[in-house]
Amino acid sequence: MTTMAERTHTTSSDAPDAASGTKTLTLGKAINEGMRAAMRHDDKVMLMGEDIGPLGGVFRVTDGLQAEFGEQRVVDTPLAESGIVGTAIGLAMRGYRPVCEIQFDGFIFPAFNQITTQLSKIHNRTRGAIQMPVVIRVPYGGGIGGVEHHGESPEALFAHTAGLRVVSPSNPQDAYTMIQEAIASPDPVLYFEPKSRYWGKGSVDLDTAIGTDTLNAAHVVRQGTDVTLVAYGPSVATAIKTADALAEEGRSAEVLDLRAISPIDTAAVVASVRKTGRCIVIHEAPVFFGAGAEIAARVTEECFYALEAPVLRVGGFHTPYPVAKHEHEYLPSVDRVLDAVDRAFAH
Amino acid sequence: MTTTNGSNEAIPTLQLLDPQGNRVTTRGTKGYRDRAAALTAEDLRGMYRDMVLTRRFDDEATSLQRQGELALFAPARGQEAAQVGSAHALRPQDYVFPSYREHGVLQVRGLDPVDRLRFFRGSDHGGWNPNESNTAVYTIVIGAHTLHATGYAMGVQRDGTPHDKHDGTAVITYFGDGATSQGDVNESMVFAAVNEAPVVFFLQNNQWAISEPTTRQAKTPLYKRGEAFGLPSLRVDGNDVLAVYAATQEALERARLGKGPSFIEAFTYRMGAHTTSDDPTRYRTSDEEEQWRRRDPIDRLAALLRAENALDEDFEAEIKAEGDELGAALRTGVRALDGGSAVESTFDDVYATPHGVVAAERAWYEAYDAGDPPASQYAIADSAQGGAR
Repeated sequence: MTTMAERTHTTSSDAPDAASGTKTLTLGKAINEGMRAAMRHDDKVMLMGEDIGPLGGVFRVTDGLQAEFGEQRVVDTPLAESGIVGTAIGLAMRGYRPVCEIQFDGFIFPAFNQITTQLSKIHNRTRGAIQMPVVIRVPYGGGIGGVEHHGESPEALFAHTAGLRVVSPSNPQDAYTMIQEAIASPDPVLYFEPKSRYWGKGSVDLDTAIGTDTLNAAHVVRQGTDVTLVAYGPSVATAIKTADALAEEGRSAEVLDLRAISPIDTAAVVASVRKTGRCIVIHEAPVFFGAGAEIAARVTEECFYALEAPVLRVGGFHTPYPVAKHEHEYLPSVDRVLDAVDRAFAH
Repeated sequence: MTTTNGSNEAIPTLQLLDPQGNRVTTRGTKGYRDRAAALTAEDLRGMYRDMVLTRRFDDEATSLQRQGELALFAPARGQEAAQVGSAHALRPQDYVFPSYREHGVLQVRGLDPVDRLRFFRGSDHGGWNPNESNTAVYTIVIGAHTLHATGYAMGVQRDGTPHDKHDGTAVITYFGDGATSQGDVNESMVFAAVNEAPVVFFLQNNQWAISEPTTRQAKTPLYKRGEAFGLPSLRVDGNDVLAVYAATQEALERARLGKGPSFIEAFTYRMGAHTTSDDPTRYRTSDEEEQWRRRDPIDRLAALLRAENALDEDFEAEIKAEGDELGAALRTGVRALDGGSAVESTFDDVYATPHGVVAAERAWYEAYDAGDPPASQYAIADSAQGGAR
């Protein structure tokens, strides 16, 4: 993926000496700054992954970090994903807080066993004696013209596993805050990075307090009254664009950014849908057994009498992720979300 | 000594004690013989005690399973020298990553015998706090824990632990012949090699991966797997507690001194079934079992101790009494294990910090269990539930 790596050089090496104040950053750079802040704060935080050292990662998200923190804390690993996660588990047992980079979504599967049978269960297996503060960063989602295994959205597979937290930021501020909250979490966190949004810019308050909110609480991006658009990661931008289009039609859409799909902020979704009476869930992952199915079930049970229409889902199909030439037909577009809204209003 | 591994090829194997219990003097083994010679009669009696008690633990646990008190048990019979000999070379600060049959290692590490059966009772997924004994709980997914061992060793390196053959820290991981085919075991050696991590890969080649002989795992002797990754690698007679001890001590010291990982293949035999659910008569002959019975590791050490006047009737009676005490403690202790309350056992410690889904499901189940299930399974306030428009 040399060409992609060249194309995706987005972060600069002129990092501030001490992060403070408010800056305009790309989402990728915001993650970079978040990791830098976490590493300065706690010397047990370390990064592991393929090509994350001198190269700075194929998306340059770790750019400059090995230069600042050294090879013992920013480790270029052998090319083996199970090995990355498995050794991260051992490092966590010794008191470290490893942040693993999986180069692309489709390459996480060699590590699937370590993540689902070990990482997720060791805290429970040892009755709480051993915590697993491991973060696994995964660039995911499509829209960048990648080859096979470079555009997938496997998050539901991990949300289905107890013991893991699964989050995905949609904007630079959340990316900056969430990576730090993920690193501070004593639980393992799958941190899915919307790769098509790496270059999107936004204002980031570098002094944001780090708590646990963004790992647990959804965020209302836009208030509305007629329909709730539920999204996370790369689909939040699609939801916002859809809301803009709906406003022109005189319809008021509320946009909810879930931020996490494990846990899922059911209360926030339910509160919104009780207000609007309509719910559309948008994600790039296939809708079949996806996060949208879980949300639809919860909303149906909790808001049955408030619903004006069935909960509808807009997302990927039950097919392999398509070739780059056709990925834009597969991905949930504004037009397809508008179609779903029309169907909801037809009830 | 040479042994064969599914072929007629002679394979160099370190042996310091022959099956009749005689000390063996072979060219090129002086360093190992010196290590064994440094063991006092008291040390050897300690190893013998641990081996006999490990076998007693096996017998008692197997009986408890037959009585329906354990869901399953995986006996270690035949592997006592490999386990006890290697564990006697460990120091308290060293960290152990066992597979699931290392009852002899746990015996030496001093783990509570009842705790060691919690997993097999079905009352616990683990059974003990690893940090209290520097011994991880059993891992069932074959070979997965070898990566944890390598990662832990990488952490030891980063801590700046002193390089000292006694006071340094080593990590050891136990796995079997079947596990050598797993990707994780091979990846763990890659990571250990390139990082020069202080970890010892201790393979117990007990000839059988459930029903599959070692010839289904490899066409070359298994210690060569270690060699291929650039690790100092050695095959030892796994039923010879002296050879196992000497080889493991050497490898652990190499690790504690910061000289990197090693690989040991202990060539041994699983005398019993894979687990209490297995039936070895379907895949191996009684002739083979008889051949290995004549190489019993406990008989071998007993013969040495007798020849060196280190085993008398009083000591044997003492161990017998200790075994009886162990048996009684297991029978009482195991029957008392219930895993705590259903709610706590299932919902506690899934996450270290509150997780909305688990919290809501727990609250719902507790209310359901109390005969008062709430309308919402999701812990949502019901005030607006009836808010039809």
